[in-house]
Parts: sequence; structure tokens; C-alpha cells
Amino acid sequence: MYKFFEQLGAYLILMRQSFSKPEKANMYWNETFRQARDIGVGSLPIIAIVSTFIGAVSAVQFAYQFRSISLVPMWWIGSIVRKGMILELAPTISALLLAGKVGSNISSELGTMRISEQIDAYEIMGVNTPAYLIGPKIAASVVVVPMLVVIAVFLGIIGGWGAGMLGNFYSNTEYFRGVTDNFDGYDVTVMLTKAVLFGFIMSSVSCYKGFTVQGGAVEIGKSSTQAVVLSSILMIIVNFFVAFFLL
Amino acid sequence: MIEIRDIKKNFGTQQVLKGISATFENGKCNLIIGKSGSGKTVTLKCMVGLFEPDEGSIFYDGRNITEMNFHNRKTIRREIGMLFQGTALFDSLTVEENVRFPLDMFTDQTEEEKRERVNFCLGRVNLPNTNLKFPGELSGGMKKRVGIARAIVMNPKYLFCDEPNSGLDPKTAIVIDDLIREITIEYNITTVVNTHDMNSVMGIGDKVVFLHEGYKYWEGTKQQIMEITDGELFDFIFASDFLKDLRRHAKF
Ligand SMILES: Nc1ncnc2c1ncn2[C@@H]1O[C@H](COP(=O)(O)OP(=O)(O)O)[C@@H](O)[C@H]1O
Ligand SMILES: [Mg+2]
Repeated sequence: MYKFFEQLGAYLILMRQSFSKPEKANMYWNETFRQARDIGVGSLPIIAIVSTFIGAVSAVQFAYQFRSISLVPMWWIGSIVRKGMILELAPTISALLLAGKVGSNISSELGTMRISEQIDAYEIMGVNTPAYLIGPKIAASVVVVPMLVVIAVFLGIIGGWGAGMLGNFYSNTEYFRGVTDNFDGYDVTVMLTKAVLFGFIMSSVSCYKGFTVQGGAVEIGKSSTQAVVLSSILMIIVNFFVAFFLL
Repeated sequence: MIEIRDIKKNFGTQQVLKGISATFENGKCNLIIGKSGSGKTVTLKCMVGLFEPDEGSIFYDGRNITEMNFHNRKTIRREIGMLFQGTALFDSLTVEENVRFPLDMFTDQTEEEKRERVNFCLGRVNLPNTNLKFPGELSGGMKKRVGIARAIVMNPKYLFCDEPNSGLDPKTAIVIDDLIREITIEYNITTVVNTHDMNSVMGIGDKVVFLHEGYKYWEGTKQQIMEITDGELFDFIFASDFLKDLRRHAKF
């Protein structure tokens, strides 16, 4: 328990240092863009594939359930897929995928830099290392994760449409009537709130784990696993509280 | 000139440095020698501020870095260049970007000026035409050269080298040593080199500090080392029986 608070304290201090004033703004901008590109472009394929199929499988499942209740019109499926993707599936599934991919990437990259003394090399030059190495990663992640989630929503809806067409559950018009029916902007606010929080959690936890590695290759592996596990758990808990308080 | 006074450093219950004092002069290669694990790297890292010593002070030309806050230390850090044992090149950047990084971060030079300075430094360490390679594509000796080029790009007053020829073949090791010595004299730098390599001691040891069991055991020049006939330093320098015999029968 003592250790937990010690780590929490170290994490908070590191986060404060990560957002101190940069020496040279354009170097930080460049680094932020580079990170954003790495995170965004690197994760796009996996997000695209997974969200399309999640959308598709939700459509199939609801169609299966609705068939036995003949009172429910099939066009509702469009609505349900949309709402499900926006409120829950897109943010949560993207978050878990990204924690696995981006989180482990960030923490093993920083861990390697720590062990190979690259962080010391920056430090010696007089670079404020938390600010330069962590700040841009968090900033990029907080911006890019919501963008990926929005893409996931669109692809999920398309996936649902594709599944419906293949299985002949509903017509084009029925499905898109459902998708656009009774659209509530507040859902999007909730989604974006989640996405921003998830982006912050996964990047900051992974940065902390990587930046503070001690030892060698084995410890780098361990800490990146811990980064993924810890940030996934935190995100799922935060997900619940956001839903609880905002819905 | 750098002066360290009574530096102590513990890790947990392990006392690594038990009170080390020494001075390191400018325009000279000052060597810190000792067995592996004797605390050479810890001493160096205390000096440059990567570790906080538990006790003692460090003066850079009279300026006490141990009493400075982060902001004032930065001024001194800009005057320091360091070559790390594993070179610590930034592996996501090219050779050119590695060397240019301090200029990008800390100066307002134009692209043209930066390019000129980078090429000058790479030329100085005999590495022309490698600008666009990545560290992963270089040999050990070339990496050390890039490391040196990066360390001198800001015209440092103080240069620290942690085992500059570890992992190199003996010939390349000597070339790197000579390069460090030439640069030290050329720019009148205060250079501190960690090594456990006899060739380096004899080649560039303008001044030698021998660490043993957490203390400064001996201090002198390479000429004085040759006069030693027994004790820990003798054992360390003339490590093999072959060398010991050679020394005992040699006449200077
Ligand atoms: N970060 C650290 N944490 C704990 N112990 C350390 C650390 N760095 C060095 N040591 C210990 O200090 C001693 C001296 O290490 P070092 O200065 O690296 O030796 P060397 O003379 O080979 O460079 C070793 O026993 C090492 O285990
Ligand atoms: Mg060492």
C-alpha cells in the first residue's frame, strides 16, 4: 500500500514536470506531430479492421434477437449499432487495442532510451527530458485517440450495414434511417470525453512505466506489460464512472 | 579546471564512493582508472549531475554545481559534452540529426550555419559522408566518433568520456583515444576519461586518478605509474604475470 502511494506520487511529479514550459517551442511542436503521426497512422489499420467487424457483429446479433420479436422493426438496428458504437464500443475497444499497441510501444521505447543512456544524453545537454520526451507523447495521444475513435464509429456503422446487406436483414434505406434517427449530440460529447481521458491514461501510464525503468531488457519487457495491464484496467474503471455520471 | 571535494555516494546500504577528492586540469586528458565496479561511472555521473552525490562538492572553474538549482545548472550543462559508454546515440535520428540536435534545441543558428558546424564536427572525427545513416548501421568505432562529434558540437569547455574504447579492437581504441587527446589540446578542454584500459593509461594519461574500494588510492602521471613496483595499483596496471615479469625486468 505504501508502495502504491509512492508510485502514485512519483507519477504525479513526473506529469507535472512533463508539462513545464518548453525551451524551444518549435522543437516540441515537431516532436508532437511526429508522435501524432506515429500513433495515428500506426494504429489506423488495426482500429479499422476491428471496428468494422465489431459493427458487423453487433448488427448480426441484434438481427438474430429481433427476429424472434416480430414487433420490433428491423430499421432499429441502425440506431442500435450507432448508439452502441458511439457510447461504448468504439471508445472502449479502441482504448484496449491502443493500450496494447501504443502503450507498449511508448513504454518500451522510453525504457530502451533509459537503459541505453539516451535519456541521460538528453539530460546532459540540458534538455528538460520529461517535458521533451513525455509531454509531446501525451499531447499527441490526447488529440489522436479521439480522432481514431471517431473513425472507429464510422467504420463500425459501415460494418453493420455490410453485415445487413450480406444477410439480407434490412434494406439500405431502413438501415440508414435507423442510423440517422433520433440522433443525440450529447452521446458524442460522452464519447469524446471518454476518448480524451483514455488517450491521457494510456500515454501517461506508459510514459511513466517506460521513463522510470531500471535494469535491462527483462525489465523493459516487464514494464511494458505492466503499462498495458495497468492502463487497460484504469481505462475500464474510468469508463464506468464516465458512463455513471454523464449518462 | 574541475575540482571535486570529498564526494560520497551510497546506493542503499552499498557505499560506492567513500570520499573522493581530485582536480582535473584543462587542456589535459584526466583519467579515472579502476577495476570494473570500482565506481568510475558513478563518479563521472556525480560530476555531471546525473547522480546527486550524498556529500561533497563539485566546482567547475570555481562554480559549485552541487549548490545550484536546475536553472543555473543548465548554464554549466551547455558547457559539458559527454561520450557515453554505449554511445547513447539517439537511434531514431540519423547521424547528422544526432550531431545537430543540441544546435536545434539550444541555438538560433540558421540551417546553413548548423549544417556547416555539423559537417565540421563530423569531418573533425573523420566521418565524412555518413550524415544520412542511422546509428544502427554503423560499426562500434564509427558510433564512438559520432558520439564525440555530438559531444563537441556546442564547443564544450568540459568533456567527459565513459570508457571511450570499450568494445573496440586495440587499434581502433587507440585511434579514438588519440582523437580525444587531440581535441582536448586543440580546444583547451578539461577532459575526464574513465578507463580500465592499460593502453589508454599509457597513451593519453596526462593525469591519472586510481579508484580502489571507494577511495582515491593513487594520483599521478603516466610516467609516475611506470615507477611503481607493488601495491594495488601495480596489480591493476600490470594485471597479468606476463606484464609483471616484463615490468620487473624492464629498465627505464
Ligand atoms: N543506479 C545504480 N543503482 C544501484 N547501484 C549502482 C547504480 N549504479 C552503479 N551502482 C553500483 O555502484 C558500483 C560502481 O559502479 P560503476 O561506477 O558503474 O563501476 P565502473 O567503475 O565499472 O564504472 C557497482 O557496484 C554498481 O553495482
Ligand atoms: Mg563504468
